[in-house]
Amino acid sequence: MNDVSTDSYVTADGRTIGPTVMEMRNITLRFGGVKAITDISFDIREGEIRAIIGPNGAGKSSMLNVISGFYVPQEGEVWYKGKKRPQMKPYEVARQGIARTFQNIALFEGMSVLDNVMTGRIRQMKTGLFAQAIWKGKAEAEEMANREAVERIIDFLEIQHIRKTPVSRLPYGLKKRVELARALAAEPSILLLDEPMAGMNVEEKEDMSRFILDANDEFGTTIALIEHDMGVVMDLSDRVVVMDYGKKIGDGTPDEVINNQAVIDAYLGVAHD
Amino acid sequence: MSDNIIFGIEVLMNGLMAGVLYALVALGFVLIYKASGIFNYAQGVMALFSALTLVGIMQGQVPFAHLINAALGTDLHHFGWHVPAVLAILLTMAIMVLLAFCVQKFVFRHLVNQEPIILFMATIGLAYFLEGFGDLMWGSEIKKMSVGLPQGGSFWIEENTQWMGLGNENFFGFFLDKLDLVATVIAIVLVVVLVLFSQYTKQGRAMRAVADDHQAALSVGISLNFIWVMVWSVAGFVALVAGIVWGTKSGVQFSLSLIALKALPVLMLGGFTSIPGAIVGGLIIGVGEKLFEFSIGPMVGGATENWFAYVLALLFLVFRPQGLFGEKIIERV
Repeated sequence: MNDVSTDSYVTADGRTIGPTVMEMRNITLRFGGVKAITDISFDIREGEIRAIIGPNGAGKSSMLNVISGFYVPQEGEVWYKGKKRPQMKPYEVARQGIARTFQNIALFEGMSVLDNVMTGRIRQMKTGLFAQAIWKGKAEAEEMANREAVERIIDFLEIQHIRKTPVSRLPYGLKKRVELARALAAEPSILLLDEPMAGMNVEEKEDMSRFILDANDEFGTTIALIEHDMGVVMDLSDRVVVMDYGKKIGDGTPDEVINNQAVIDAYLGVAHD
Repeated sequence: MSDNIIFGIEVLMNGLMAGVLYALVALGFVLIYKASGIFNYAQGVMALFSALTLVGIMQGQVPFAHLINAALGTDLHHFGWHVPAVLAILLTMAIMVLLAFCVQKFVFRHLVNQEPIILFMATIGLAYFLEGFGDLMWGSEIKKMSVGLPQGGSFWIEENTQWMGLGNENFFGFFLDKLDLVATVIAIVLVVVLVLFSQYTKQGRAMRAVADDHQAALSVGISLNFIWVMVWSVAGFVALVAGIVWGTKSGVQFSLSLIALKALPVLMLGGFTSIPGAIVGGLIIGVGEKLFEFSIGPMVGGATENWFAYVLALLFLVFRPQGLFGEKIIERV
């Protein structure tokens, strides 16, 4: 069903999609007696934008939480970079290079935009506490290198003008962008976006779409995202997983998925008998 | 200058010094509260425990001597060596870090996401456990702390401030305790170090991040457990500093743990989440209670220092519940 792809191919718009970087195998997740995810398998390939879509309550966010280690599935395996991933805490998953954003924004409200984005660099900071106190030079050099990387991302997402502003004072749309900046600052192998466009107006959605595409194009970031807006998904993604009631009902390119009868039924609604 | 004004100024200065000592204890509270939302009732006992441990190590006391003697019928008390102060302080700090690790591993790790009142109760439990443990480990007699901090009035200051009397013959210069002056310097250095740590190191940044949002902190790769052990260690360090200063001033005795109660009004004034607030709050309480005792005290029969701080805190609770520097409480409706 899900053969691990080791080859690469070039998309119509000239991006190279590499081999499989992450694979979910037969994931089942239960909360008490409620099954949130039932036996789902799919893969994510290097450099692609992979969307997970589905109606409300389909289990999309749960899936993202499984990938990022916030939920531990009862059954199934997560394979990452060719190895089976042992059970891990969310922070360990993050240190492996899986960054994420949240549906209802989880930023450090009391800190400035710059500090928020800097926390994204924790994976790249190696100097210990005592080294920072004693061996000032090395720690400073590291801090400078990280600052430069962060400034690049701040420029890239066009948030220079709010660098020093505390996040709590920003409007919703900009908060979403700062969260994306923090996740990108980690230079992740896989970037997980949980409804990056939820609650945005048309203009903000267009901006966000552009940033996602550019990040994928310029840094080659592999992206897995959840989105409600079908139009956005069709424009952005290379491949789409469709979920409904915790089950996978479709998987393929946007064109394949949109013509899939099960998907059409799930979205337009049919009588479940 | 008249006698009264001069005496008033001296009272003011002594009040500032006392305030610094209060602030020292309040700092420990603020640190833990900011980073983990726990109101650590045990902060005072931690100061006591660190002071006991420091004196015990310096004097070469055998830990758990009573227990060992009772169990094995031996008669151990001291190893017979004396450990230099610096080494003893380092060893005590190591023990405070170990304590932080144990507190996190055996208590608060299991209480993540519990109600604040439950966490508070846990710290009360911790306070009494630690008090008993300190007693068991080092004995309950009053001990003398002598790590080399200067004590007694400073003649130098007295001599060099005599001219400030401007011809008043009764004035022989200001009387300031050297220990208070040293404590002030220590407190200033401590605050500067803490601010530098939290603003400019990656651990400090991670600590602020955890204080702000657990989920977000996890998602960027911060281990909550590690940060909490670190926060308790830093609080242990602050407790050790407070323990050394208070222990030198009034001897290492079990009533030391009650200084925690003096920190409460300081926190209500300064706000539970503000490091500068702890300092300013401490100074206001210190100066306020000394000046009040000096000016109003005689009219009401004295001993106002016992309650002044709490009444002041009560007034703050009524008119500015978030304290001077605390985060503003805005309820959305």
